[in-house]
Amino acid sequence: MKFTLAWLKDHLETDATATEIAERLTAIGLEVESLDDKAALKPFVIARVVTAEKHPNADKLRVLMVDIGKGDPVQVVCGAPNARAGLVGAFAAPGAYVPGIDTTLAVGSIRGVESRGMMCSERELQMSDEHNGIIDLPGDAPVGTSFAAYAGLDDPVFEVKLTPNQPDRTGVSGIARDLAAAGLGTLKTPVVAPVNGDGACPVSVTIEDADLCPGFALRLVRGVKNGPSPQWMQQRLIAIGLRPINALVDITNYITFDRGRPLHVFDAAKVAGNLTVRRAKAGETVLALDGRTYTLAPENCVIADANGVESIAGVMGGEHSGCDDATTDVLIESALWNPLNIARTGRALGIITDARYRFERGVDPRFMVPGLDLATRMVIELCGGTPSQAIIEGYTEAPLAEIEHHAPEVNRLTGIDVPEAEQLSILARLGFEAEQRGGKTILKVPSWRTDVDWRGSPRADIVEEVMRINGMNAIAPVPLPRAAEVGGRILTPLQIRTRAARRALAVRGMLECVTYSFIPQAHAEAFGGGHAALILENPIASDMSTMRPSLLPGLIAAAGRNARRGRGDVALFEVSGTYENDTPTGQRRVAGGVRRGTAVMSGDGRDWRGNAAPVSVYDAKADALAALEAAGAPVANIQIGTDAPAWFHPGRSGTLKLGPKVLGVFGELHPLALEALDVKGPVVGFEVWLDALPDTKAKPTKAKPKLDLSAFLPVKRDFAFVVDGRTQAAQVIRAAKGADKKLVSDVSVFDVFTGGALAAEGRKSIAIEVTLQPADATLTDEQIDTASRAIIAAVEKATGGTLRA
Amino acid sequence: MSELKTLETELMTAIESASDEAALEAVRLSAMGKKGAVSELLKSLGAMTPDERKEKGVAINALRDAVTGALATRKQALKLATINARLAAETLDVTLPVRPAPAERGRIHPIAQVIDEITAIFADMGFAIAEGPDIETDHYNFTALNFPAGHPAREMHDTFFLPPDANGERKVLRTHTSPVQVRTMETQKPPIRIVIPGKTYRQDSDATHSPMFHQVEGLVIDRTANVANMRWILEEFCKAFFEVSHVNMRFRPSYFPFTEPSIEVDIQCDRSRPGEIRMGEGKDWLEILGCGMVHPNVLRAGGLDPDEYQGFAWGMGIDRIAMLKYGMPDLRPFFEADVRWIEHYGFRPLDLPTLFGGLST
Repeated sequence: MKFTLAWLKDHLETDATATEIAERLTAIGLEVESLDDKAALKPFVIARVVTAEKHPNADKLRVLMVDIGKGDPVQVVCGAPNARAGLVGAFAAPGAYVPGIDTTLAVGSIRGVESRGMMCSERELQMSDEHNGIIDLPGDAPVGTSFAAYAGLDDPVFEVKLTPNQPDRTGVSGIARDLAAAGLGTLKTPVVAPVNGDGACPVSVTIEDADLCPGFALRLVRGVKNGPSPQWMQQRLIAIGLRPINALVDITNYITFDRGRPLHVFDAAKVAGNLTVRRAKAGETVLALDGRTYTLAPENCVIADANGVESIAGVMGGEHSGCDDATTDVLIESALWNPLNIARTGRALGIITDARYRFERGVDPRFMVPGLDLATRMVIELCGGTPSQAIIEGYTEAPLAEIEHHAPEVNRLTGIDVPEAEQLSILARLGFEAEQRGGKTILKVPSWRTDVDWRGSPRADIVEEVMRINGMNAIAPVPLPRAAEVGGRILTPLQIRTRAARRALAVRGMLECVTYSFIPQAHAEAFGGGHAALILENPIASDMSTMRPSLLPGLIAAAGRNARRGRGDVALFEVSGTYENDTPTGQRRVAGGVRRGTAVMSGDGRDWRGNAAPVSVYDAKADALAALEAAGAPVANIQIGTDAPAWFHPGRSGTLKLGPKVLGVFGELHPLALEALDVKGPVVGFEVWLDALPDTKAKPTKAKPKLDLSAFLPVKRDFAFVVDGRTQAAQVIRAAKGADKKLVSDVSVFDVFTGGALAAEGRKSIAIEVTLQPADATLTDEQIDTASRAIIAAVEKATGGTLRA
Repeated sequence: MSELKTLETELMTAIESASDEAALEAVRLSAMGKKGAVSELLKSLGAMTPDERKEKGVAINALRDAVTGALATRKQALKLATINARLAAETLDVTLPVRPAPAERGRIHPIAQVIDEITAIFADMGFAIAEGPDIETDHYNFTALNFPAGHPAREMHDTFFLPPDANGERKVLRTHTSPVQVRTMETQKPPIRIVIPGKTYRQDSDATHSPMFHQVEGLVIDRTANVANMRWILEEFCKAFFEVSHVNMRFRPSYFPFTEPSIEVDIQCDRSRPGEIRMGEGKDWLEILGCGMVHPNVLRAGGLDPDEYQGFAWGMGIDRIAMLKYGMPDLRPFFEADVRWIEHYGFRPLDLPTLFGGLST
């Protein structure tokens, strides 16, 4: 919403400066987005051409001597056809910035003749598109004074951002009322005197759907003389960014902004028969005033005559019955429209107009007829003519909404004390009349406040009005009471796991990413997702279409992008959501990560102490276990399965299980999965489901179990077993541990050998170091031998292997 | 006597000139061995008269002590020389680089770090952290938040839609974190003090908008919470978050469907230095958040009686306040996973934001 200071002062008696007004507007909820004080036009002064001679070296140029009101006349080279001695126009001196040509002037030489400034066209000053000649002012324009002031272009322009609940402030009069209420002046909007027309309006109106049109007023004015609107009106319209068209159209635009009351004018000669307000027929078209043809649907409300659609109701008029200079009889329409229907129509057709803006917010129903009368008076004043009586269809004046005033609400909701009398005074200034009735204060809601939700929040709405006019800065901060005790833990177990897993993975040298929740459909399908219910109907781009089933595709794709930028060795992770279905429980909390190239934990790439190896399944396994460990999973009890999903290498991947429950997966990525993502390997990755972890039970004590330190030295013994190539290390370890549960405190694998003759036999050697920890006495050689034999027997039995000779 | 002196001089010279421990041992044997010169002299004492012994004994013993001392000193010197020679040979180029530890290389994304900072501040004020699903129903995302069906404000949200289900219901990607307000009210009796960080989605993309972004919502509901309390919370939060001793805030009336009255909050700052914003000083106003008293219809939707309970809510962009605090110029790189960006703007894994240690280092 734009308006100028002078325009505002038509409605508000005030001495406040533009800056003061802007500050107050923002303070009361009309956020000023810009205040153009027109300083850009200050350099332009009124000047008179004293002499105009032909340029010695150019036929179309003239050399002017220009009186700029001070000093000697200045020499200016000018190419305008209307440049002549005696012309009074707008002059810009060297150093001035000319907005229309985006140039700062300098002393120049044009075809060998010095030029010290410029006589400007309207386009050069961005006043209009006029560029056929330089500005040609009346001869009595005061030379040497500000052109902007003379032309009324120095009127500061405000642009305010209105929120949807300020329908009345879509007009200058409503903004003035708010300012007056806030103590910045006195409201002086003139009351519109009714127009008593001469004879009935010859065109009748039929409303087919009262729900879409709760009122329609129409009047004919005969014998008008249309043409350009007066300069003051044109200047105001230009100042707020509108293009003057002709007086009849300009009047409707002017009242739209002056009073927030959109109107429409039809050229009566082009209207066939009577008017009908109806739903459009499917496929019906109309050529609108913007020169575009719109195809309509029954949801759209139109005004039609015998020939068809003449106007898209409340949104945009039709080209056919528009007014031009030949118009002599004009029909003026002032109507009420259903705000939701206007919003839907405007949206569906993609039309944004000043009328739609106001009708979809809700206009003052009680100003429908005064708006028609105001327009009629301006038409008669500017274009002459004789008005008919108005016809008013479908309109009944509804009583004003009433609400009971609860003065203590202001303090209850805002914490400030505003005495009841002051509250009522503020409300009265905003148009809320108070009435005492049966010991209660009843407020009558002004008809222009169509925003207030009287059923939902009448009290809060009133509090808002009092609060904003009383001043937001009157509200001093008041501490919220703090708990009397020390605060306890506030995070949920899942939130704690999430944070812990994130830090644990970062500590492993990985970089945390936040990738989009929606990924390409093909990527989703390659990772077990892509179900129809999770494909967005209106994705922002085709490669952001599907809610991800896994964090891996996004991370792998990111690794690929980094590789293409020259960073091939990256370790990335993310702790976030994946989507199994569209329900709240279908959203899983996952920690996932990938490593590409040689980005192992100890560092990637080459190093003088040894180059990093390519990433392997074991790097991903270690990451997965670290995340689970940090998240509090009982990692010692986890079993490793070999049934990872299809996007992993079938022989180099695993699952992490607690009983039947799968907590995570890890492995080298399947080459076909990488191909689907267009990323080259090696890439390993993992995902662990933080929401699948068992809850830890609260214990009655935080004390840790007693530390048992043995007084006796542990003994270590090495064993190597030759086993079948498919035997899992876990079987060997489990058997060795089980051989003597009291004595064996640790089993570690220190060598796996698959080469040489063993390979040919399909066998391998697994070497373990077993730690024996006595509790009561130092082990004797005999005890050690017994234990060793038990270990060998257990492993051989479990694996079918033999002790390596 | 001169014989002793001569012997002493000879032995001392031999000790000094012994160039390694073997040579020194040979000297020791020649002096102090069974047949050594000094040993022989000591043996000769037994055959002397008491007077002779008195006379020569002192001198011979003195010779023995001098030689023993000299041998020990020389031995120590030779040992040191040997060690020094070995160590000199072992010299390494200590300027060779070492690999940084994984914990030095890892990074936490600024969004996660800022959520931790927010958590630290609000935990101190007695708030819990609430979360909710990204895929929401129309009810929680709009209707329960007082966006009636067909309301133009719904359109302002540029909503992403999922396909309609068997009942014709279309789920949405939540356009704000506010649905969690109602979900919380449904499951928890007041007093309620929660903050709700999370992902939000709008169909909008340019330099300052991303189709996915992050919001943090706050909600306080009890029997007395009012705008003045909200002002206090927001001022305290901004001071703590931006780590400045004071902030100037400007409350402006505004409009949101789910609050009444609604307020937008500007914070005073200095933006005169390129690429840097200083809070608590300067002349610029920067819009930082929206807030208001929870709309009675929202309280009703959450099963609360608006005549009994009241409260306030606020919401702000996590990405936005991260950018304001840490100076990232653009939003979209937050989600592009460019390792150069993460290494530069990310946080070290052990930089845990706490109030006792400071939110940032």
